Amino acid sequence: MTTPLVSLQDLSVQFCGSRKASALNAVNLELGAGEVLALLGESGSGKSVTLRTLLRLHPERTTKIQGRMQVDGQDVLALKGRALDLYRGGTVSMVFQEPGLAFDPVYTIGQQITESIRAHAAIDEAAARAQALQMLERVQIPQAKRRFDAYPHELSGGMRQRAMIALALACQPKLLLADEPTTALDATVQIQILLLLRELQRETGMSVIFVTHDIGAAVEVADRIAVMYAGRVVEQGPVGEIVRRPRHPYTAGLLAATVGTENRGQPLLAVPGSPPDLAALPPGCSFAPRCAQASERCRREVPPLQTLGQQALACWHPILPLAEAA
Amino acid sequence: MKQTLTSPSPVQDRGGPAQPLLVVRDLKKHFAVRGGPLERSKKFVHAVDGVSFSVPKGKTLGIVGESGCGKSTTARLIARLMAADSGSMVFDGEGVEEFGGIRLKEFRRNLQMVFQDSFASLNPRLTIAETIAYGPRVHGMPAAEAMRQAQALLARVGLEPAQFASRYPHELSGGQRQRVNIARALAFDPRLVILDEAVAALDKSVQAQVLNLLQELKAERQLTYLFISHDLHVVHYISDYVMVMYLGQVVETGPVERIYGQAAHPYTRALLSAVPSMDPDNRTQASPLAGDPPNPINPPSGCRFRDRCPHAHPVCAAKTPALIGLPGEPAHQAACHLNDPASGHPAALMEIQP
Repeated sequence: MTTPLVSLQDLSVQFCGSRKASALNAVNLELGAGEVLALLGESGSGKSVTLRTLLRLHPERTTKIQGRMQVDGQDVLALKGRALDLYRGGTVSMVFQEPGLAFDPVYTIGQQITESIRAHAAIDEAAARAQALQMLERVQIPQAKRRFDAYPHELSGGMRQRAMIALALACQPKLLLADEPTTALDATVQIQILLLLRELQRETGMSVIFVTHDIGAAVEVADRIAVMYAGRVVEQGPVGEIVRRPRHPYTAGLLAATVGTENRGQPLLAVPGSPPDLAALPPGCSFAPRCAQASERCRREVPPLQTLGQQALACWHPILPLAEAA
Repeated sequence: MKQTLTSPSPVQDRGGPAQPLLVVRDLKKHFAVRGGPLERSKKFVHAVDGVSFSVPKGKTLGIVGESGCGKSTTARLIARLMAADSGSMVFDGEGVEEFGGIRLKEFRRNLQMVFQDSFASLNPRLTIAETIAYGPRVHGMPAAEAMRQAQALLARVGLEPAQFASRYPHELSGGQRQRVNIARALAFDPRLVILDEAVAALDKSVQAQVLNLLQELKAERQLTYLFISHDLHVVHYISDYVMVMYLGQVVETGPVERIYGQAAHPYTRALLSAVPSMDPDNRTQASPLAGDPPNPINPPSGCRFRDRCPHAHPVCAAKTPALIGLPGEPAHQAACHLNDPASGHPAALMEIQP
């Protein structure tokens, strides 16, 4: 990785509306061109906030953003007006979890894709329509010509998510953000969407940040996994390393709690307790109250994120130390 | 604890251990669809179309299927939250709401349900102890007694009564709320608990805690579970028997090892192979099924799966496959012409590659 496409440095996001909540705490992430990163974590861990911050979707008045955020050489936090409009959708675009809510219900799928193409490129209506139709074919929507004039409610869940992907890719973004794109779908449809995303990524060579709480889905699409907990990245590494040799106790707990064929009939090794309140994070490691290996130091000091090659870890007492030999 | 209750003591085992706790026969529910003013014939959603099964005592029956296959409608029909169009139920040897059988009120006390949305299923204006005590009080338990029982149940599901009893649902996390729902279901000392996607909305680490709790409670109170889920891992973990539904019908049912090991129906095989692999070196290469589940309005004739089935043959359109036992294992049943030598399907009972 020479110049990463995305680089987040000490990014902190605080919501200060009626109540305060620190959603992200000094997140450091880098993503190269053509790389697929999965953000894995439970609800409230800051996965979706990271994506929304990357698109600057949070209301500015009640959100305090600190740190640096660079995408494709641009300082995202400094973008304004027309430059921000072009950045959203042009450089970075997003696939949402609920395609039924993300589409405008009163326009057809085709109109919405055509509109976004014309917003970014100076081409005439007919050419944009042809391009939009081509996008629908590319995401393997059967009878794309007919679906072009369909309203979102006329499509099934899987089809709507395909249309959402077509819309997101219409302007050839360099980075695709996918916020739990398969969570609302059935298992048989989920695997189709995952395969489609993987195929499109390979074809276009774009980078993808894929947010999920399902390790299985992350393993299917990602090169690298970053595990998040309470607004911090606690562990990062290639997919195989994370799945086979987890280092952080939380990652190990997540993997152990995943039910499978092996542990039928036995009690699951569940992580006790529940995620912390983001308005009042513990002073030390945020996982310490639930961690079996926590010591006095864990409760006092926040462990720094140490990086070694492709891997990173933030823990005082890792299961496996971060070393080449492990 | 339960013996001190002043409400009628829970129904004891009547039919003996061999009698299934619940037998459901030919359950049907069709919902009418509002059509346009010019449409001549009324359309119906065939939500549940002739479902029959039985749940043995002390076991867990898992029901799996895609959305719209009728899993939840089946649960609601059993709990009588809506009336079935036709079909009958036998609870521990006694017909439900039949002459000489078990009365509906009694049946409902024996059967409780836990829903997916833990927040929507709790009354926001009652504290959680009041919520748990509410049902028994309606059934005639004195308030103080019901409250004492609620506290004991809260402690049992892992919520410290002194800390939690007076809280309102919005003050709890999702996992804690689901524990309250489980405690409420147990307040009647039921024999059958229907868990409709009860762990689907929970985070993975919390989900494991709730699954452990469910297993402990089942052993402690000799409960029988009807576990509905779309998560095949969870169903594999918790179930003794599995029933696979597709478009309102049962396509395969049997012991959990048979379903997960030697699935006989092409749909079950496709569903099982659609689960993401956990091995990054061995990713899924091709999707086992194309397209979405078809519309349950006017389902296809014959076998309902034939539009998406790789083994479809004209006979599948002409004849509806019956749910029949497989050779060697009569408890394992599948509704597919491939397993019936008399069906006329050319590939019937030959070795099929999944």
